[in-house]
Amino acid sequence: MSMNTQGRPTGTGSAAAAATGSSLLPDEPLLFEIGDTEHSGVDLPEVTVGDDFLGGFRRETPLDLPGLTEPEAMRHYVRLSRLNYSIDSGMYPLGSCTMKHNPRLNEKLARLPGFADIHPLQPVSTVQGALAMMDELAHWLMTLTNTAAVALTPKAGAHGEMCGMMAIRAAHAARGQGHRNVVLVPESAHGTNPATAAFLGYAVRAIPARADGTVDAEAVKAALDPDVAAIMLTNPNTCGLFEPQIIDIARAVHEAGAYFYCDGANFNAIMGVVRPGDLGIDAMHINLHKTFSTPHGGGGPGAGPVVLSAALAPFAPVPFVRKGEGPLALVEHAEGHHLGRITAFNGQMGMYVRALTYMLSHGGDGLAQAARDAVLNANYVKARLGQVFSVPFAAAGPCMHEALFDDSFLEGTGVTTLDFAKALIDEGFHPMTMYFPLVVHGAMLVEPTESESRQTLDQFCDVMLDLAKDARAGNAPRFTSAPTRAPRRRLDETRAARQPRLKWERPDPLPQAAE
Amino acid sequence: MTTKYTEDHEYIRVEGATGIVGITAYAQDQLGDIVFVELPSVGKVLNKGDEAAVVESVKAASEIYSPASGTVIEVNTALTGEPGLVNQAPDTDGWIYKLRLTNPAELDTLMDDAAYAKHTA
Amino acid sequence: MRYLPHSPAERADMLAVIGAASPEALFAAVPAAARLAKPLDLPAHSPEFLVEAHMKALAARNHAAADGPFFVGAGAYRHHVPATVDHLIQRSEWLTAYTPYQPEVSQGTLQMLFEFQTQVAHLTGMEVANASMYDGSTATAEAVLMARRLTRKDKVILSGGLHPHYRDVVSTYLDNSESLIRLPASPEGQGDILNQIDDDTAAIVIQTPDVFGHLRDVEKAAEAIHAKGGLLVVVVTEVVSLGLLEAPGALGADIVVCEGQSIGNALNFGGPYVGLMATRKDFIRQMPGRLCGETVDADGKRGFVLTLSTREQHIRREKATSNICTNSGLCALAFSIHLGLLGEAGLTRLARLNHARAVALAKALRAVPGVELLNNSFFNEMTIRLPVPAAPVVELLAKAGILAGVPVSRLVPDDPKVENLVVLAATELTTDADIEMLADCLKEALQ
Repeated sequence: MSMNTQGRPTGTGSAAAAATGSSLLPDEPLLFEIGDTEHSGVDLPEVTVGDDFLGGFRRETPLDLPGLTEPEAMRHYVRLSRLNYSIDSGMYPLGSCTMKHNPRLNEKLARLPGFADIHPLQPVSTVQGALAMMDELAHWLMTLTNTAAVALTPKAGAHGEMCGMMAIRAAHAARGQGHRNVVLVPESAHGTNPATAAFLGYAVRAIPARADGTVDAEAVKAALDPDVAAIMLTNPNTCGLFEPQIIDIARAVHEAGAYFYCDGANFNAIMGVVRPGDLGIDAMHINLHKTFSTPHGGGGPGAGPVVLSAALAPFAPVPFVRKGEGPLALVEHAEGHHLGRITAFNGQMGMYVRALTYMLSHGGDGLAQAARDAVLNANYVKARLGQVFSVPFAAAGPCMHEALFDDSFLEGTGVTTLDFAKALIDEGFHPMTMYFPLVVHGAMLVEPTESESRQTLDQFCDVMLDLAKDARAGNAPRFTSAPTRAPRRRLDETRAARQPRLKWERPDPLPQAAE
Repeated sequence: MTTKYTEDHEYIRVEGATGIVGITAYAQDQLGDIVFVELPSVGKVLNKGDEAAVVESVKAASEIYSPASGTVIEVNTALTGEPGLVNQAPDTDGWIYKLRLTNPAELDTLMDDAAYAKHTA
Repeated sequence: MRYLPHSPAERADMLAVIGAASPEALFAAVPAAARLAKPLDLPAHSPEFLVEAHMKALAARNHAAADGPFFVGAGAYRHHVPATVDHLIQRSEWLTAYTPYQPEVSQGTLQMLFEFQTQVAHLTGMEVANASMYDGSTATAEAVLMARRLTRKDKVILSGGLHPHYRDVVSTYLDNSESLIRLPASPEGQGDILNQIDDDTAAIVIQTPDVFGHLRDVEKAAEAIHAKGGLLVVVVTEVVSLGLLEAPGALGADIVVCEGQSIGNALNFGGPYVGLMATRKDFIRQMPGRLCGETVDADGKRGFVLTLSTREQHIRREKATSNICTNSGLCALAFSIHLGLLGEAGLTRLARLNHARAVALAKALRAVPGVELLNNSFFNEMTIRLPVPAAPVVELLAKAGILAGVPVSRLVPDDPKVENLVVLAATELTTDADIEMLADCLKEALQ
């Protein structure tokens, strides 16, 4: 069997008693436990409607949806919100997630009626400002990456990967190279990379990492053959390192007739400093919800525009904005080699507005400074923690925007990476990314981003060093029972998976007492 | 009746022409709580080394590769409702599928009890 | 720069701690050939008021839906969103939280997702729902792939009433596979999808109300596809309709996907929206996307976690059900809050009101000489045939400040049969004055 033990352990830790909750954080019942089907927080006129146009399909099944009046709803959702950690309340050192500050100007401008209250299918003559905005965003993205085109519509990073790889597949087909059915993926890649390649029917060929955490150009060359369609590589990679041989790799990939897909999740380290097009990449998605500050929203929405080299530009999906004489046009139906739609409409307009607002605020100079500060902050954390924490690829020199540690500093303490991360919660910090990348044992990946001040970084480092000291001093229970100061202690994920309860069920009525 | 082991921690208990396949106590301990077992379909023809089943913990999915070639004649449907049997009794109630062996000679390439004990030491 | 906390002195101090001679030293691994020789040709940083002025000028060049009578639908609908919804979703703890992978500090998002999944299940009449997809169209493509995995069959038939853009998305996802049958657009509500079903059919995909507004018979479709061992995928692009129309789950649907934008979310020129996906309990292991489940913590208190994650890309990598990762969390929150405010009573009233406005619109349109209404049934949307090509008429009305719907030729190009057709929607925001103005101007345009 494929002893896949890479995932993090999931026990609920020791059952040492601990106080949880506080009067400011009361438990909140479910909407279904406080609302009923009679109440409503929306006033609407009552009208009756006949059956003339309903074709006999009038609803008979009860909706069974509880309603809350406005004050009740306000309290329910405010109380629930307080059970969440958020970037506005503290540092989120999540590696590969780029949890940076989300400026509120972005939110304000995305809500302008001229952007928020326009329909994707209203006449193109009535949305010229929207198309100009998209064109301006595209200009920034192409300039920052030195590429020939950008497909704006992908809804998130994984969707962008799919889009970019579809363009690669289409380009091969157009060149009579449709037989190419293998994609090279380094072991350190994000899970979405092999998932995307497989989703499109490609066989995945793994490229092992070198001892220094980077990809070996020779290993790539050895894996290249006439069946290879593309390589999917993350740069800077998931160990937080710039791939030093990336130009050689790109050259070899192109000589073999394949394309170079770059996962742009880590673009924050190099925006305005290095242009991916200069490295030889053919396609790269850009997570606007990471690099360009659009909020994560508890898991989305994201946006994943894909920049494309001249070779792939003819294969971008529709719709896209076309500039020419006169008004801007929206090309909505595939022509030539263009891919068809990957989403119903024009992509994540609301995210485009936020991202462009962020770019204009920073300017080209500010974006480069942000990248430099992100790298500075990661190296500062690495320098301050590196004396105590084990740094797996220290020989590789400075890291980029994230610092990677392994769990060897915890050897013999009885404390795992998971325990350590959960203890961080009790100290007021969100955990770092754990057990990723898979190439490092018990990985802890810290990405501070440029948003954190030196004071915050020092607080974080002090807490991390204090925890490490305590773990090594034999105070394992502090870790194995953590967190004790969060709204919940560790949750029983085994129970959740063995007996899935995925929606609220009305409790059985109490049995009637026998008379 | 003999039991043989693969390097990937599957066992196969041979009873005449039938092999009973599961994962070892060592493997279940490494994987942690098993929450789901994807069983092969009865009648499926497997070659030695083919992916036959999947056992899932909360955070990992691990493929079970068939220790021998043959046709699946029975699967342990009890695991559908109670995947934890793989943890509680990997050698007995936690078996995964039964195989009518088509090439018993293959078994000679697998480890015996002593060799497996050494392998996991 | 207002978003960057370090002063030059702090940067220098930090470099000293690191032991780096200069900021450039941190980029030593970047090959010399790849380093920029000069700064990029992009504008410099800008104060907030100038950025605001620039973006406002762009926004001002668009005709917002509220600027005049508005009848555009076809997959995205203009509804009123209560002020409470937008206030709540901008709270820091919702807006700036990450995906709830650390459940101890994410119970707010997780409980909300559990409530959302329950709401979607009840609305669609299905047993389980996931924690959202990107939008209705990508959810439809994922439903088709899911049906193929479940049935281990390939052939999929898309109804002629399915939104043409959704058909395009499914085609792109399936690489224009030959086993994908796309029936021609059916503006009159005609459909021969049931005759096309055979033993090799994994699924049929029908939309109701369909893109032309017709209500389709889900039950008949379910019987026909189930008789051949396939699955029925039902698409709903106007989710408010479920307040008045029978739940697809009650009529035999196997997978229901919806565009959830209508509840809680603005038009946004097409996104971000929120895809809903619901199915039978037996199918959950083949369902893509995140799922939230109930459990207990170490003290035995009820709590929620993301569960059944082994279906997903971060565990399963190349064997995942889908590559989806980030979904539409905040749009799902907006949906859930709005629906939590409406409740059964409010949604029912809202749906009736939408239908009543559409009945008024239909009546007014039929009274315009030369206009033919194609629908015998509709919820809040309908198709009319004009005596002349529709696109120039819609353009003409736009110049008069009326956004009069979607010419079908925009969705289905190069088809003379649809050239004269327009799809129009009415919602609770459509007034009698709007309808009157549309009818008057249309009459004038057709003279």
